Amino acid sequence: MTQQELPLFEVFLRSKQGLEHKHCGSLHAADAQQALNMARDVYTRRMEGVSIWVVASKDITASQPEDKGELFDPAADKIYRHPTFYEIPDAVGHM
Amino acid sequence: MQTNYILHLADNALVHGQRVAQWCSHGPVLEEDIAMANIGLDHIGQARMLYQHAANLIGNTTEDKLAYFRNPEQFLNYTLLELPHRTAFAPSVQTEMDYAVTIARNFVYAALMNLVWAQLQNSSDTQLAAIAAKSVKEVRYHLRHATDWMLRLGDGTAESHTRMQAALDHVLPFTQEWFAPSPLEKDVIDMAALHSTWHTMVSTVVAQATLQMPSQAGHVSRGKEGLHSEHLSYLLAEMQSLARAHPEATW
Repeated sequence: MTQQELPLFEVFLRSKQGLEHKHCGSLHAADAQQALNMARDVYTRRMEGVSIWVVASKDITASQPEDKGELFDPAADKIYRHPTFYEIPDAVGHM
Repeated sequence: MQTNYILHLADNALVHGQRVAQWCSHGPVLEEDIAMANIGLDHIGQARMLYQHAANLIGNTTEDKLAYFRNPEQFLNYTLLELPHRTAFAPSVQTEMDYAVTIARNFVYAALMNLVWAQLQNSSDTQLAAIAAKSVKEVRYHLRHATDWMLRLGDGTAESHTRMQAALDHVLPFTQEWFAPSPLEKDVIDMAALHSTWHTMVSTVVAQATLQMPSQAGHVSRGKEGLHSEHLSYLLAEMQSLARAHPEATW
């Protein structure tokens, strides 16, 4: 018998309260339809979701860890990009 | 409502659930391992509801007594459900479990139970009707899962095709029992009337999977009357031994 690894899929779930689908893990499946079935069994057994998305992992273009310096480090000292310099009137209350 | 029919449904669910759960930690891939554990647990959940209902009807007994303290000849499950996950009969011939047999059995049985539960939803026994309403959703997924694999394995590689066909050839003769009239179903459900719908459901997928529909002829098993294969005793021994060694134990 030939052993062949099935392609990898990323699984996204939307919970009952959640508005957006969140990444929850990955699994191996022959195709997207099967990945959907398997995601139901692997990731929604404890009522975690009401909607499932699956995406072939190979279709995701990801940033490289070694690019971390140029991509993310420059944001570290730009504190003025955070909306923390506004006076919030008392009437607004907690934001 | 016949109490024996409720016990028959319960025994079917328990024995099938126990068999399917054998794949737990032995599945061909992790994803299927979990799928089989889920499907097994769905059936054990159905069995619990049905045994509780039967215990109430019988009186002076409990679901545990019905599940763990009845002997093989008292079990009223279909013979097909107690058979091991392989095509050979003699226990010494082969020890490996064959996923094709699991899929073929799950497929033909889920097709049947889709029809049976749909019908029992209208039962005059309101408790049974409620159990049917819950179970029909579960078996709809079981059918979807098994159909998917029937198509993939049947219409897959040369080896998967051959093994799927062999599994189907092995399983189909045992389905005769389901539609053979017996006192068990009398006044509850007309199983013979479900045969043509079931046959169409099964043969459509079989053809789509590029497989041949095997003959349903030959020896008619009689598990539902308590006449079982040797395999049920082994299955029950494993399942019941703990409860029998430590009756009333809790943890």
